Amino acid sequence: MEKIPIIKVGDTLLVSIQTDLQDQIAMTMQTDLLGRIEQTSARGVIIDISVVDIVDSFLGRVLSETASMARIMNAVVVVVGIQPSVAITLVELGLELKQIPTALNVERGLQLLRERIAWEDHAVADDAESRELGREEERARNGHG
Amino acid sequence: MKGQKFPDILRKRTDEILENWVKRQLPLAGKGGITPDELRRQCAEFLNLLENVMQSGASSPDDPKMAPIVEFLKEVSRDRVMKGFSPTETAAFIFSLKEIVLPMLQPLAKNEETFSSEVMPLSLLLDQMGLLTFEQYLNNREEVIARQQLDMTELSTPVVKIWDGILALPLIGTLDSRRTMTVMEKLLQKIVDTTATVAILDITGVPTVDTLVANHIMKTVAATRLLGAEVIITGVSPAIAQTIVHLGVDLSGIQTRATMADGLKLALRMTKQQMTEEARNGVNLLEKGIAATQAAQARKGRS
Repeated sequence: MEKIPIIKVGDTLLVSIQTDLQDQIAMTMQTDLLGRIEQTSARGVIIDISVVDIVDSFLGRVLSETASMARIMNAVVVVVGIQPSVAITLVELGLELKQIPTALNVERGLQLLRERIAWEDHAVADDAESRELGREEERARNGHG
Repeated sequence: MKGQKFPDILRKRTDEILENWVKRQLPLAGKGGITPDELRRQCAEFLNLLENVMQSGASSPDDPKMAPIVEFLKEVSRDRVMKGFSPTETAAFIFSLKEIVLPMLQPLAKNEETFSSEVMPLSLLLDQMGLLTFEQYLNNREEVIARQQLDMTELSTPVVKIWDGILALPLIGTLDSRRTMTVMEKLLQKIVDTTATVAILDITGVPTVDTLVANHIMKTVAATRLLGAEVIITGVSPAIAQTIVHLGVDLSGIQTRATMADGLKLALRMTKQQMTEEARNGVNLLEKGIAATQAAQARKGRS
């Protein structure tokens, strides 16, 4: 059966969909992608759907679910290359994909990913730093005491 | 009786008919730039075509033999629409001919047999032709209106790139479903073409916003977001702000500003903000690096 290729570029996985997504292929893609995230501990995933002409409610749900699943595994999913006609259809279907970050093309998607990951790391680092500071203060107090 | 039937009369007295016919229409000649010469040429051509038709024995505009004359009438009618003639004035082209020709058939009309075989069919034929010009007039008018409507939809929804990565879309007039679709399609296509990140939707020129219009706007915003761009709505007048709140439309997820200028300011900040954020991250990293080096040096100094 047909499979969607998943390419590793640095700490980013690139999923380039080059065919109209049948339901079964989409499900396989989801499983494969989560497996690859585990293997490579990737931080970001870009799903490029610029060649996809038809996105139905099922595929919309698969995409947003995949994003949530990857999120739990500490990876950010960005969907790029949504065609204007696909965007209109999705909106008419009421699928606004609010929980998924979207970008115009792969380049923008990478930029968006970098920003997001940097921001997250920053937040984590700040968190660790403040905890470290707290411990130091505690040590200082204990030392004095 | 021979020599008195209409085709013969037409052939023998063409010049007389033409002269009277043109004279009758002269008051219209000055209008819309139609010259007396042109009028005479049209009339002469029509009489010529009519004679051919009469000889061929065709009696209804549906007859294929009538095709040339029907074409000619359509052409004349189209010409008059363009020159701004009224429907009556356009139809008068044929009906004035009838006024001139029928009196000539007076002798035929007296005889019951020739009346039904000659005068009636001719009268009917001319009537049908008059109606044809009238119908053609309406068709042309409708074509013009349809084209204007299309132009208006196209012209009233320009998508302009006003800054790097910033598009402006000043909406003018009432937003219905069809126009919203045009707006949405044009905006999305332009975002793809220019890789813009912010679109300013200016609704200063939209007189009223009801739930339907608000719904259309929300859809446009959602579709734009799917392409990775943000929408700022500007030109929200006090009246529209009141309506939106009274209707309970939730615009909380959307950036709104009172004027286009404010919207542009915000858009500039939004596009620049990405840069400043990156710069800020860089500065933070740098500061951390320096702090770490200093700490390391301090430790080295102590040991």
